[in-house]
Amino acid sequence: MEAAMDLMRRISPNQGETALSALLAILPSHSSELLSQVDQPLQVLMDAKCEKEFILCEYNRDADSYRSPWSNEYYPPLEDGSLPSAEMRKLECEANDVFAIYRDQYYEGGISSVYMWEDDGQGFAACFLIKKDGSKSGDGRRGYLHEGTWDAIHVIEVGAEEDGKAHYCLTSTVMLSLTTEGKPSGTFNLAGSIRRQMNCDLAVADGHICNMGKMIEEMEGKLRNSLDQVYFGKTREMVCTLRPPPEGIQMKLPE
Amino acid sequence: MADWGEESENPELTEKQKKEIAKWFLTNAPAGEIQYVAKDVRALIADDRLYNMAAAEAFPLFNKAHLVVLEMPDRSGDVIISSFGEIDKDNFFDPRTAQIVTVDHMKQVCTKVRPANDEELPSAYVEEFRFALDAELCKYVVDTYPKGTCAVYCTRGKDVDGPGVNFDFAVVISASRTSPQNFCNGSWRSIWTLEFKDDLQVVEVKGKMQVVAHYFEEGNVQLDAKNECRDSTLLQSPEDCAVSISNTIRHHEAEYMASLEESYLHLPDTTFKDLRRKLPVTRTLFPWQNTLQFSLTRDISRELGIGK
Repeated sequence: MEAAMDLMRRISPNQGETALSALLAILPSHSSELLSQVDQPLQVLMDAKCEKEFILCEYNRDADSYRSPWSNEYYPPLEDGSLPSAEMRKLECEANDVFAIYRDQYYEGGISSVYMWEDDGQGFAACFLIKKDGSKSGDGRRGYLHEGTWDAIHVIEVGAEEDGKAHYCLTSTVMLSLTTEGKPSGTFNLAGSIRRQMNCDLAVADGHICNMGKMIEEMEGKLRNSLDQVYFGKTREMVCTLRPPPEGIQMKLPE
Repeated sequence: MADWGEESENPELTEKQKKEIAKWFLTNAPAGEIQYVAKDVRALIADDRLYNMAAAEAFPLFNKAHLVVLEMPDRSGDVIISSFGEIDKDNFFDPRTAQIVTVDHMKQVCTKVRPANDEELPSAYVEEFRFALDAELCKYVVDTYPKGTCAVYCTRGKDVDGPGVNFDFAVVISASRTSPQNFCNGSWRSIWTLEFKDDLQVVEVKGKMQVVAHYFEEGNVQLDAKNECRDSTLLQSPEDCAVSISNTIRHHEAEYMASLEESYLHLPDTTFKDLRRKLPVTRTLFPWQNTLQFSLTRDISRELGIGK
């Protein structure tokens, strides 16, 4: 597994799907470990009943069908597919509605889905997903991107309430790829994938959705900045090391 | 390419499939990282015979594609492994020192070297142009790339012994930087094809540049940038051609470098914004705290001025 994970860190994120399916073929006995550890671009299905798209992941899957957070039904239809409890479903619906607005504010388009399920212990867990196609032909408002995708997966484990507080453990993964095309600059493609964790103890009185939402917002901001400044910045540094620009050219990254 | 022959009824991979997978990982290793990838693949395949078969096919492809630079055994300089200088699978020509090296692809080292014989070398007429261009290019490369290497090959018409016939050159520039302790590697490759058209007294210049960079400290981010361009210059004496061709190359590469910088400068505020804004249009964080359970959505919509 160590070798497999090292390979996933080296192969270009753009080829992640091919790499993962190769690893699954070589290590069939490790398939569940691989699927949970390796990040993959998100897939989407159409909920025909509500006429909305929803995102697929392990947490809304049962057999080969996926549950839509809008209609709470499985596609393709599945008899006795597992459903969240009434209480969970209520929270899940509210989360989906609020998160859709959050998504619109930051992503100006895209698709989001939230899934919740009860934990073995006293708490519960939730998975917030966002998929954005920022290309000119997709939801890219300004037309800069020939191709661009942003996939975010946030999994939060919420512990049982103690003294009015609950422990929230967030694991976030962002995968992105962007390609610009222009006469003088040919094609320019940056692709990346990072994963981080955040733990907080917050007052339950503020509301679970509020608490989780704030954590996600903070995390996404950090990841976006990190990708932009540190990660992409490092690749830029490498280019300047390979072929240093002439003296007098502004090299500092903008604040 | 994502179908590796995996079937739910028969999960066993054939030897051929395993070999293809090994080969795929090796040839798709990032610049400068094939040995690390090789170690991982070897562990995964767990079958040295199969691994060696895959590596024997994959390493030469990787080395040629990445214009890997190797030190020549007699310390006469460096040789670029490229398809332009390929005599056969394991033997490559270095035009500057007029030698042929034998290469161990998997270890990425030169094992032998011998002088090239007359049939393997271009004619004196062609060599005049090649030599002059090589000298000018070396100056450019030494000035511009801290760890760069270049080579000029005659790819067509090497036996042309006087004016009146066309011939072609390929110019290869390869610069790479590996910094595994900093989790960062990268390479610059440019390939320039030059068509010396005697009838038109012109040299057609076509360039292909590719820059890649990989940063992988607690993450995995890769840059892959490519560019193509064309130009032309007058066919003159070998020395004048050398100067004007290398100036053309210098000009286009510098222009490309500048446009790469531009792309990076635009990243945070424009390009990235099409994926995710730094902040909503309201320039404030999202109002999660409006959490009266049922009116949450309504309040937020109102606050954000969204019509419902």
